[in-house]
Amino acid sequence: MTLTDTLLFASGSLRGARTRTLLMMLAMAIGVAAVVVLTALGEGARRYVIGEFSSLGTNLVIVLPGRSETSGISPGMLVGQIPRELVLDDAQALLRSNAIRRLAPLSVGSAQASNGARNREVMVLGSTAQLLAIRHMEMGEGQFLPDTDARLASSVCVLGAKIRRELFANEAAVGGWVKLGDRRFRVSGVLKEQGESMGFNTDELVIIPVASAHQLFNTQALLRILIEAKGRDEILRARSEAESILLARHSGERDVTVITQDAILATFDRILRALTLAVGGIAAISLAVAGILIMNVMLIAIAQRTQEIGLLKAIGAPPAQIRKLFFAEAALLSLVSSLAGWALGEIGSFVIGRAYPTLPIGAPWWAVLAALATALGTGILFSVMPARRAAKLDPVLALARR
Amino acid sequence: MIRLEHVKRSFTVGDQPVAALRDISLHIAAGEYVSIMGPSGSGKSTLLNMIGLLDRPDAGLYLLAGQDVSQLNEEQQAQVRRDKIGFVFQFFHLVPRLTAAMNIELPLILAGVDPQERKQRVDELLASYGLTNRADHRPEQLSGGQRQRVAIARATIMRPAVLLADEPTGNLDRATGREVMALLEGLTEQGVTLILVTHDHEIGDRAQRQLVMVDGQLASDTRQP
Ligand SMILES: Nc1ncnc2c1ncn2[C@@H]1O[C@H](COP(=O)(O)OP(=O)(O)OP(=O)(O)O)[C@@H](O)[C@H]1O
Ligand SMILES: [Mg+2]
Repeated sequence: MTLTDTLLFASGSLRGARTRTLLMMLAMAIGVAAVVVLTALGEGARRYVIGEFSSLGTNLVIVLPGRSETSGISPGMLVGQIPRELVLDDAQALLRSNAIRRLAPLSVGSAQASNGARNREVMVLGSTAQLLAIRHMEMGEGQFLPDTDARLASSVCVLGAKIRRELFANEAAVGGWVKLGDRRFRVSGVLKEQGESMGFNTDELVIIPVASAHQLFNTQALLRILIEAKGRDEILRARSEAESILLARHSGERDVTVITQDAILATFDRILRALTLAVGGIAAISLAVAGILIMNVMLIAIAQRTQEIGLLKAIGAPPAQIRKLFFAEAALLSLVSSLAGWALGEIGSFVIGRAYPTLPIGAPWWAVLAALATALGTGILFSVMPARRAAKLDPVLALARR
Repeated sequence: MIRLEHVKRSFTVGDQPVAALRDISLHIAAGEYVSIMGPSGSGKSTLLNMIGLLDRPDAGLYLLAGQDVSQLNEEQQAQVRRDKIGFVFQFFHLVPRLTAAMNIELPLILAGVDPQERKQRVDELLASYGLTNRADHRPEQLSGGQRQRVAIARATIMRPAVLLADEPTGNLDRATGREVMALLEGLTEQGVTLILVTHDHEIGDRAQRQLVMVDGQLASDTRQP
């Protein structure tokens, strides 16, 4: 019996028992669709988080004051010293490394901002002209901070889009004056509306030169230093050079932490991938259930088709051929249902993607492949037993009508 | 053609062994037309299944066309059934979801004959059995006589040397039974060896050679003069 004939015969017997076939297909298709939709959701969440995080900048290295690791006790701690602050000169010194393209010191505080009668509490970010490029921010109107010496405390500010609306309404903002605390700043520009990213809303921010911020908040300390490495390959060198420069400046004390955006990204990536895998795995269990259902239904089908099997044997079908026929049925069934389930899953993902446009939903190819393979595998695996039982049937008993 | 020597077969019912064939020795020449009669439970079907390689003897020897077929494995026996033996059953045993033409085609499909030749041979047979206008009917749409003609067509499509029929008229009325018998007897004239189990003396007596079985043994073996 040729392969074509085997497949034709098998599809004939599947079509012969329409309800049974449809039910089995449904069970398997739902399993595959579940895997596709759930992994699409997980993958969407992963891509969303990674995307948000990448939008913060590229090839970023971040310097934070203080030690985040607990290994080793510094001599300073023993005499009760607080760790040394990160200051502007530290940032300047880092520029010695040729792995670093640019950097922006950051200091943060909050102040009352007002323009005439309109006023509100704002978050004030002290930085330099480099921040714009490092953080991938865009200007809506006017100019960003002037590119001057970071130690120069000039009285200019850049407003977030929402702050601009609240303080200036319909008036022209660029060239106007804003009072922050007891100081006056001239507005040099307004940031483009960006919305929230990673819980940080640039629309509700006022940016001033870092030296001005230090005066305003009466401090020398930096919250962190954002560094952009020259390229992807330079990230690690930028990081180690930043560490050694600061180590030397802080008289041999490791009192800063230098992290790379890549490392944080990689951690998120791992966690979210593991999550996707777990959800996909749970959905795949439903495929195993579908496989068991197929086995059950096939066993029933064999009991009902005893005479047909006996007849096939009588007219010369060897046991191997009978087995092949039942395998072919299972394979066809699982193939068609897993393809249908795949389509169903893609449609489902598309609909969810429409409902939540910010989530970049899409099942990863490995999940689709795994779902299809699992469906086919379980379908065929669970048909082994029924197929063998059919092949072992005694034709005399099968044909007897007692 | 067919030679059985001291063939024994018993079944276990509960924990009692029941002897279906006690000690059968039999020789049937090629082209013979043999009827087997006897009371119910005397072992007629068991003997026919044995000859048809659907069952194996517990003891004894079975030679088909000179070949010791009782030693063959299942695969080889299936091939012998496919190529040399045709079965006709009391209950037709047509596959309900297949049309008459497809039921007849089944042995050719199993033998891997190519589709064009298949179609040609099926069409020929449908025509000679007067079934051409029933080719696309499924068994449930056919009368008993038509079903049995389809079954005979299926049994003969591989041009087997031996045709085994277990009460082929048992489910048909007398007139239809006569038509079916005419068909089978026509085949014996073409040289097919026909072995027929029947309860109907009128039918059994028409055979050239009549076997009577009683309690798993051959009680008589007579030939028409
Ligand atoms: N598979 C089986 N298991 C147990 N006993 C069986 C089996 N097949 C046949 N027998 C027994 O063997 C004996 C012969 O059975 P067989 O079917 O050959 O009789 P038969 O002559 O064909 O009868 P009938 O005219 O009613 O068809 C009977 O006693 C029957 O009960
Ligand atoms: Mg019988």
